[in-house]
This record gives sequence, structure tokens and C-alpha cells, in this order.
Amino acid sequence: MRGALAIFAKDLRIEWRTRESLASVFVLGVLLVVVLTVAHDPTPEAAPALAPAVLWVSFVFTGLAGIQRGFLLERENDCLAGLLTAPVDPADIYAGKLAANVVLLAVTQAVVVPLAGLFLHADLWPVLPGLLAVLLLGNLGFAALSTLFAAVAARTRARETLLPLLLLPLALPLLIGAVQATQAVLAGGLGAAREAVAVLVAFDVIFAVAGWLLFAYVVRD
Amino acid sequence: MRRSLPPLVCASVLAALWLVFMVVPTEREMGIVQRIFYFHVASAWVAFLGFFLVAGASAVYLWNGARAADRLAEAAAEVGVLFCTLVLVTGPIWARPVWGVWWTWDPRLTMTVILWAIYAGYLMLRAFGGEDEAVRRYAAVLGIVGVLDIPLIMVSVVDPWMRAGLAVSALALVLLAAWLIALRMRTARLGEEVAALRREALARGGEAA
Repeated sequence: MRGALAIFAKDLRIEWRTRESLASVFVLGVLLVVVLTVAHDPTPEAAPALAPAVLWVSFVFTGLAGIQRGFLLERENDCLAGLLTAPVDPADIYAGKLAANVVLLAVTQAVVVPLAGLFLHADLWPVLPGLLAVLLLGNLGFAALSTLFAAVAARTRARETLLPLLLLPLALPLLIGAVQATQAVLAGGLGAAREAVAVLVAFDVIFAVAGWLLFAYVVRD
Repeated sequence: MRRSLPPLVCASVLAALWLVFMVVPTEREMGIVQRIFYFHVASAWVAFLGFFLVAGASAVYLWNGARAADRLAEAAAEVGVLFCTLVLVTGPIWARPVWGVWWTWDPRLTMTVILWAIYAGYLMLRAFGGEDEAVRRYAAVLGIVGVLDIPLIMVSVVDPWMRAGLAVSALALVLLAAWLIALRMRTARLGEEVAALRREALARGGEAA
């Protein structure tokens, strides 16, 4: 547990000092929301209906880029080897990295969500509590999967292409659930989104546990 | 197993073809095209079987590092993707005359195409990764995580002859898949032997020089 906290703090400190992922996440997030909105070119009446899909697709691709950077950094300076020689359980490394990635993805959401609401005329304020719950659930599930597979992809050749290839199909149920839940929340609050939220919760629990158990096999050398 | 499977495959495929084209009644609403279902549904079962095999073999490989388990996982993934592709090809052939479109985003179709992408990714990981102990572990992790995405496919069949047609078609494809997996595992083992022999020959050549 202390190991996980130390890794969490270390990752955030590195990020804060370089601000590389933050900068790329910010610019890429803005760009993706703009590109997706412009590509749809919706009428003002049709625009709010697009908001959930635009929001989550931008989130997934921006988050993917941010998380990939984090693991390449560990690899570049052979930091992972150092981490593994430290007396820390691999499961704790996973937990620490997962927590750091959740923070990074939350920043991504803080960029992408208000922009999607602004560009697509979706009024997010009145449904904020329900929306935050859905955002957090989507964030956790995506972080759980991507933390595990960023470690896999970073250690193979062709890593830039491999991560989206592995991650996107696995994350698709999460994406579908998150978009449905967001639609329901925008339409009438969290109560209408019960089934989609159940999918998100199941996804989060299954893949957080799977990542926690399997991470040791990924980093072991 | 490699010797006894080919005749079994031939016999069961012929029996399945005979049942599907000569015996089972033509479905009233959908007509002749419904007969593709016997292979479509059976292919889906076999694909799922393959993916569950991948997960099981992957778990065994992570647990005790048995090379045979890893070879089984790789072979089952390839054959699973093959049958999953068959599902995705036969589905639209049926859907076009019956639904009027080649594709709809019905949950089962969506799941099948997602699964296809997951295991295509699995094969890409193995192809890009190369012959490395670490890559085999990554593939095993993906094989286990992949199966967690699989929901249950429920099939309801009405007519008893339809059921028989489906059962024999499924048996035929299971046997065919078993044969393909056995062949593929043998290829993988021979490939490893060749690599080992080549290393040995190189080492000997180095000594002689």
C-alpha cells in the first residue's frame, strides 16, 4: 500500500515537472472535440444528441495518447527495471500507476467534457452530479485496462500501433456503456441509466481485479 | 489424434451437408437462405470454444509455463479468428435477403465483431512480438482478459430436424477445428525445433571455424 502511494506520488511529480502529457492531452483533447464536431457539422437542434459520443470518443483517444507516454517514459530510462528491484509488490506498482492514470484521465475529461458541452449546446450544469458519476466510472474502467496494456505494448516492437489495436476492442463495451449512460443522464438523470451504469460498474470491477492480478506477469523479467 | 481426425472431419462434414441441404425443412419465413444458419451458428460456437480454449491454455501457461499450453493458446486463437471470420461472412449473406441490410448493430453482431477485433489484436501481438518468452506471457494475459469480454450466446432452435442439423454441423466444425488446432500446434512445435537446430548448427559451425 505504501509502495503504491509512493509510485502514485512519483508519477504525478514527474508529470508535474515535465507537464508533457498534460500539454499533449490538453491540445489533443481540444483538437479531437473540434474535429469530431466539425466532421458532423450538426444543426443546432441535433447537436446536443451528439455530445455523449463526441465526448467519449475524444476522451478515449486523448487518454490513450496520454497513458502511452507515461509508460514510454518508464521504459526510456529503464525505470521499470529499477521499480522491479525495489521491494514493492507488482500489484502495488499497478495500483500506483492506475491511480496516477486516473488523475491524468480526469484532467483529460476536464478538458474534453466542458468543450463538448459548449460546442454541441448540451447543458451539463443541471445534470452535473450524475454526469460526474458516469465520468468517474468510465475513467476507472479505461484506466484499469490501459494501465495493464500500456505496460504490455511499451515492451514490444511496434508499440505505438499495438496499444490502440489491443485496447480499443477491449474497451468498446465500456465505451458503449458510457455513451448510453451519458445519454440517459443528459435526458433525465442517473435513474434512467441504471442498466448502462451496471455495465460500467461490472467492467470497472472485472478489469481492475484482472489488471491487479495479471500485472505481475507483464512486468516480470 | 492427427491421423484419426481427417476421416472423422470428412465424414461429419458430409453428414452435415447432407442433413442441411437434403433433410432439414425449409424455414417458412426466410426460405432457403436460412440453411446457412447451421454453419453460421455452429461457426459461432466453435469460435467461442476457441476463445475459451485460448483463455484456459493461457491461464495454464501463466501458472506453470508449459510450452504446449502456449502453443495450444496460439493455435486456438488462430482457428477461433478463422471461425469468427466465417460467422461475420455468413451472417450478412443471411441478413441481406431477410433483413434487407448487410449489417445491423444488434448486440450479438456487435459482440462478434468486437471479439474478432480482440483476437485479431492477439494475433498481431504475437506477430509483432516475435519469439520471446515475455511476448508469450503478454499474449497469455491478453488471452485471459479477452475472454472476460465474452457474453453468453443463446440460441433457440425449434424443429427437431433443425436441431439435429445444427448439432451435426456443430460437431463437424468442432472436429475440423480440433484438426486445425492439432496441425497448427505441430507446426509451431516443428518451428521451434528448427530454430533450436539452427542455433545448434550455428554454434557447431562457430566451433569448427
